[in-house]
Amino acid sequence: MTDTASRPLLEVRGLRTAFATRNGLVRAVDGVDLDVRQGECLGIVGESGSGKSVTFASVMGLVRSPGYIEGGSIRFEGRELTGLAPSEMRLLRGRDIAMTMQDALTALNPALTVGEQLTEVLHAHDGTLPRERRARRIAVRERAVEMMRLVGIPSPETRLGNYPHEFSGGMRQRIMIAIALACRPKLLIADEPTTALDVTIQAQVLDLIADIRQELGMSVVLITHDLGVVAEHCDRVMVMYAGQVVETGTTRQVIADPRHPYTQGLLNSIPRLSMRGRRIRPIDGQVPELIDLPAQCRFFGRCAVRLEPCKAEIAMRAMAEGRMVRCVRAGEGEP
Amino acid sequence: MTTMGTRSPGPLVRVRNLVKHYDTRRGLFGRLTGRAGVLVKALNDVSFDVGRGETLGLIGESGCGKSTLGRAVLRLHEPTSGRVEFGGEDVTALDADALKEMRRKMQIIFQDPYASLNPRRTVAEIVGLPLKLHGLARNGRELRDKTAAIVENVGLKTAHLDRFPHQFSGGQRQRIGIARALILNPDFIVCDEPVSALDVSIQAQIVQLLSDLKREMGLTYLFISHDIAVIGYVSDRVAVMYLGEIVEMGPAEAVLERARHPYTQSLLSAVPEIDRPGRRRHVALRGDLPSPLSPPPGCKFHTRCPLATDICRTVAPKPTAVGPDHTAACHLVEDNVELAS
Repeated sequence: MTDTASRPLLEVRGLRTAFATRNGLVRAVDGVDLDVRQGECLGIVGESGSGKSVTFASVMGLVRSPGYIEGGSIRFEGRELTGLAPSEMRLLRGRDIAMTMQDALTALNPALTVGEQLTEVLHAHDGTLPRERRARRIAVRERAVEMMRLVGIPSPETRLGNYPHEFSGGMRQRIMIAIALACRPKLLIADEPTTALDVTIQAQVLDLIADIRQELGMSVVLITHDLGVVAEHCDRVMVMYAGQVVETGTTRQVIADPRHPYTQGLLNSIPRLSMRGRRIRPIDGQVPELIDLPAQCRFFGRCAVRLEPCKAEIAMRAMAEGRMVRCVRAGEGEP
Repeated sequence: MTTMGTRSPGPLVRVRNLVKHYDTRRGLFGRLTGRAGVLVKALNDVSFDVGRGETLGLIGESGCGKSTLGRAVLRLHEPTSGRVEFGGEDVTALDADALKEMRRKMQIIFQDPYASLNPRRTVAEIVGLPLKLHGLARNGRELRDKTAAIVENVGLKTAHLDRFPHQFSGGQRQRIGIARALILNPDFIVCDEPVSALDVSIQAQIVQLLSDLKREMGLTYLFISHDIAVIGYVSDRVAVMYLGEIVEMGPAEAVLERARHPYTQSLLSAVPEIDRPGRRRHVALRGDLPSPLSPPPGCKFHTRCPLATDICRTVAPKPTAVGPDHTAACHLVEDNVELAS
């Protein structure tokens, strides 16, 4: 299993990513700390605007103008990634860290066959391939077929010649996973890999990621809004709200004993098949605008248990080893 | 309050042998080339009732015909054959004027709160339009008052009336769509994936709002969703669709806790559950939904069914009673006690 004493694969400290807009500076990610350990699956939960996607776009070096990384550190295998030259970052992407995007149809190039897109990654990143042209072409083709087979695409030899639009949504998601995994990365970041898919296809795609994780011993970051998916697949979970991490812990801890009022609200607002008849309790209001936020708890406006001390910047507090909550009332348990 | 026979006894909505085929020859391309088209059988012999004050939940994968069914019931899509009765009256036989009158009683809430609201109209215009079309407001004052009242009913403010859709969040836009559906004081509403485009906490607000409104206004819902947990929460009865057919139907509790059709069982086993952490064994459901252009013969589910036998490949099963008010269309329903365990 994971060796907690060794250094984490990915270490993010105090990450701040901002976007300069006409209306002011939007701090999409504001002081995020996180670790991804060797071989683990970390779930990132949060709603639109919580900063979960921007956090990992920052890790991948994919934040584009008007966005920029304001501060903080991102270390992968101990190496600092912020400030790395684009050419060096490009070498790392695909080979060591790979990311799958939420919408496979727009992430894949519609004008190239999936075979062309898959072999492109192998040519660019795989150092183990033979140098001689003919041998290299054959080796790349074999690897591409192998990857298509790994993600469960029937008759991969012929399907490599198809274009993205010739595949169903679930198949496209698998192809994107095949491209991401082609160079056997150490870390896979899967951004909402199943949001657009039916539950039956969702189960197939998530099982596939879990199988490959075991087989290759890679680490996975699963960005999702679905707590059920987290419960089934993640070892640890990190809950984000309005650009900050509000709670972290093992999946079991966070789901059985949520300490942040937002996490509690989220769990109370989801209908569950196993608890039919239980009334859901929605969280009132909506996520605050990220421009000119007052220096207070970001959940203040929607919180049912807020107090006077909440009108100040709230820091993460350690409840136990690896268990952190950003709430002054975190020690009190469920109200 | 109610008019047009909605007080007659029996179910509010009765659908019998509803069929909707799309003929690909009808398109311009088909007519110009004269090529033989293919018939897309979107709905195949669908029958069900929705009782007064009841919520019938409709689940199934994308492409199974859920939305087509919702629209065919309202005659937003003209059914190919079959019968839809509303309060005892045959909706499929109505002429345009009578249908318009009938539409006061049956409304729809759409999935996409971004695409279903005219971006150039204010909230007051969008929500008030049905009143104007049906001539139900004597003057501008009355129109405005009635619009304001319904807007407040769905949790918006009268200050919002003169704003445009883009000034609202997804959840608020869905509230505008709900207000528009409710302003004519209908009896029946087709909710077509009303919360699928929304964030989790906002989803809960809208689900709560729809259940509160149902109670306050005595509404009847046909609730379409691919989110099975949401369906479990809102529904009294549940129907499961596969490739244009209802394969299982019954009380929500029976269908969701004692599913008998192998398709329902695999669908349910694929739902990730918060209360059961760790990986579970899903009932194997290989591949995607087959194309409705060339549905498989026999039982349409046999290509993905882990239990399929010879008869399933040739003979289409008929709905069989498997419990009180609970039917399943499967040849193996007698032997198939519990596949999932």
